[in-house]
Amino acid sequence: MAERISLKVHVEAERCQGHNRCYSIAPELFEIDELGNSRARGDGTVPAALEEKARLAVMNCPEHAVRLTQKA
Amino acid sequence: MTERRPVSDWATDWDHTDPAWIENPFPIWDDLRKRCPIAHSERFEDGAHFPSRYADVREIAYDTEHFSSRRVIVRQKKFNPVMPSPPITSDPPEHRPARMPLLPAFNPKAIENLTPGTRALCNRLIDGFLAKGKCDAAIDYAQHIPTRVIANLLGMDEEDGDRYRRWIKMALEEGIHDNDKVMQSLKEMTLYFGEELKKRGSTPGDDLISFMRDQRVDGQPLPTDRLIGTLRLLLIAGIDTTWSAIGASLWHLATHDDDRRRLVADPSLMDTAVEEFLRAYAPVTMAREVVKDVKINGCPMKPGSMVLLSFPAANRDPEMFPDADKVVIDRKENRHAAFGLGIHRCVGSNLARMELRVALEEWLKRIPEFRLEPRARVTWSEGTVRGPRQLPVVFSA
Repeated sequence: MAERISLKVHVEAERCQGHNRCYSIAPELFEIDELGNSRARGDGTVPAALEEKARLAVMNCPEHAVRLTQKA
Repeated sequence: MTERRPVSDWATDWDHTDPAWIENPFPIWDDLRKRCPIAHSERFEDGAHFPSRYADVREIAYDTEHFSSRRVIVRQKKFNPVMPSPPITSDPPEHRPARMPLLPAFNPKAIENLTPGTRALCNRLIDGFLAKGKCDAAIDYAQHIPTRVIANLLGMDEEDGDRYRRWIKMALEEGIHDNDKVMQSLKEMTLYFGEELKKRGSTPGDDLISFMRDQRVDGQPLPTDRLIGTLRLLLIAGIDTTWSAIGASLWHLATHDDDRRRLVADPSLMDTAVEEFLRAYAPVTMAREVVKDVKINGCPMKPGSMVLLSFPAANRDPEMFPDADKVVIDRKENRHAAFGLGIHRCVGSNLARMELRVALEEWLKRIPEFRLEPRARVTWSEGTVRGPRQLPVVFSA
């Protein structure tokens, strides 16, 4: 049985400038701190239903701060 | 408007206040990207560069070592002494401490609280002209939304919009060729904010003027000139920028029936449509001053010369955006730079987005069908911020 390779999102803190594009696309996956910077919720695991949103978050970050990696 | 000598060649003599650029800059930028991606002009004191490619704009925005923000407007004559409006005019290491205190006031939670009031405001404005079957979408609608929202936030008189907009026009438009106007605008604003601070004394308050007054750095209040500089910035940056974005988006919808009808039929497209309007009609162009010898894309730049940092031109670069010259309201990948790139990302970007979105949503709910008034003139602002200043539209009431 083929197992789904699960994905994780990650925000590189030193690149994030607080555009909040990821958060507006996928508030389920990202949270914003008091200063407006983003980080992944929890450990960043992306449920299957949110994979498309995770990809969109990556594709719309003006600072290239959002990464999508395969979970080990 | 000042009479200006016609442009001989955009590559060597560009002028962002030329009528052709003001009316329709996009073909000029497309042409330059192909034959001279970093154009030059001696029309501005010490010379000024104009990069039109996304990659070059991005590189300069990230390079705070060679490019200073102490001057963020390209003017015919440099304005001396530089008038700091922290944090937009700050470089590292002063930039971060000047910017930090402002950030919580503009985070998504803070902006969400302003949404219902903004929605109500848009509807009040529409109530004022709906029955007439026509209005000027820039004058009767777009210009009032950010003016009233930011005046409220700062704790200033909402009814005084004409005065605030006059200061902005003097500082950002007329001031490109006339430093006396800049001086006058700065003086009047400084006086005004001085009075506002005096009025408040030390009485606690929840507006942004009181909030900035109460900031402490190493236990000390901000020096008055810095405090007032930041207040001037909040007022200037919050008004004609968003007014322009709302106006340009409505201009697009008035002139593109297919996009308008699609958006009315499927409001879920609003997320991508708002980002696409911001990309295609990004209102704000900034500037940098070269402070150390540097080469960008092979082009040498000397200390003292200015760079017109055009996020609008970057956003139209086909190397970065497929079909860059088309407005694609469901564009999926859209890393546009309308709010800048790097450490100077617009502090008010969440506020601007909310205002733009709400202004379009409320308008389209009540005025789904509209077009430019036949034979009427649409006029655009010049220089630093681009948007329609007269936008007569008709609709069936």
